[in-house]
Amino acid sequence: MSTVKLTVNGRAVSVDVEDRTLLVHLLRENLNLTGTHVGCDTSQCGACVVHVDGRAVKSCTMLAGQAAGSNVTTIEGLAKGDELHPMQAAFRDNHGLQCGYCTPGMIMSAVDIVHRHGGKLDEETVRHELEGNICRCTGYHNIVKAVLDAAGRMKVAQAAE
Amino acid sequence: MYETNYHRASSVADAAATFAKGSESKFLAGGQTLLPVMKQRLASPSDVIDLSKLQELIGIEVSGDTVTIKAATPHYDVSQSDAVRKAIPALAHLASMIGDPAVRYRGTIGGSLANNDPAADYPAAVLALGATVKTNKRSISAEDFFKGLFSTALEDGEIITQVAFPVPAKAGYAKMRHPASRFALTGVFVAQTKSGDIRVAATGASQSGVMRVPAIEQALKANWSPSALDSVTISASGLLADIHGSADYRANLVKVMGQRAVAAAS
Repeated sequence: MSTVKLTVNGRAVSVDVEDRTLLVHLLRENLNLTGTHVGCDTSQCGACVVHVDGRAVKSCTMLAGQAAGSNVTTIEGLAKGDELHPMQAAFRDNHGLQCGYCTPGMIMSAVDIVHRHGGKLDEETVRHELEGNICRCTGYHNIVKAVLDAAGRMKVAQAAE
Repeated sequence: MYETNYHRASSVADAAATFAKGSESKFLAGGQTLLPVMKQRLASPSDVIDLSKLQELIGIEVSGDTVTIKAATPHYDVSQSDAVRKAIPALAHLASMIGDPAVRYRGTIGGSLANNDPAADYPAAVLALGATVKTNKRSISAEDFFKGLFSTALEDGEIITQVAFPVPAKAGYAKMRHPASRFALTGVFVAQTKSGDIRVAATGASQSGVMRVPAIEQALKANWSPSALDSVTISASGLLADIHGSADYRANLVKVMGQRAVAAAS
């Protein structure tokens, strides 16, 4: 057992876990943040994507101990109170989800994509960048639409700040 | 995953010392291969020693005719480095095609080379560019480093610290990506060194891991152009055959990816 100290969604936490614990299990089982999903558990589907120190990574492919001292943001940490993050709002408005299982990972990856590409996003880039996220409903069409929509909204939001 | 003990190394020397104490230690870099393998219970190290936070192992330096990438530098950083893009654009391109974005944020060049997966991308660049793999003990030439499937010249407990790539006159990389795993079904790296030598390496093709391709090297020596490979035949003997592609299919891919790599070379 080890004590892992990290910041999750802005809150400092200290958790005792077995060394073999994956970050996704620390989030779900120790912190009850069940928005982050385990889909394939083989590092392929991206349902478990969270931000670690600002980078969208697969939390099923990282030991909890590796995140010690890091700043982690999960899907629960995106909205500001009742106000959805522009990416979440765009997914809702564009019907970017069907069963919803892949959605948290899709949104966390998508936010990272917009941060990296800024206003230069086009459909081809979004499709290429979403390679690490699998939607088993095959609802990609509206997911891509939502990401492009959100990219515009995030630009506006940034300009207003 | 079986139980294990996690250690975060405070230095390369500390990592080596901790490694020696465990009964079956493993170094952990980005963990994008080791952790999935541990989850499948195909590996059960007593101790994992995390190298990924060691600042002495992270960074990219370009000086004169050499690009040096420290071992724990993630693929994403290599792909985005202006210095690498300028000196060896093919290397930045190769890094940008490994796995998916989340994997590229975590996976490292040192981890990729130490694992030496027969379908990994970096081994092709290291062999074609004639890079030198530096460890905490010595320098190993690309020719001496790769020893077949998942096998390298690294001794137990030896740590890759950096990889030094000579800047070529021209280089290109092309791969047929497996549509699900993004590994190279076959990838070919072509390089024209500053002294005029031609070196070509293929990954994902051979049963013995990354390999030089003399037939393509000779053809390109005579004429550096994609069409120079039209008449080249690659033998299927010793090539990988699996559900994804037969040996004959891969033999053809070596040629076609070679042509695309030459066309893309800059």
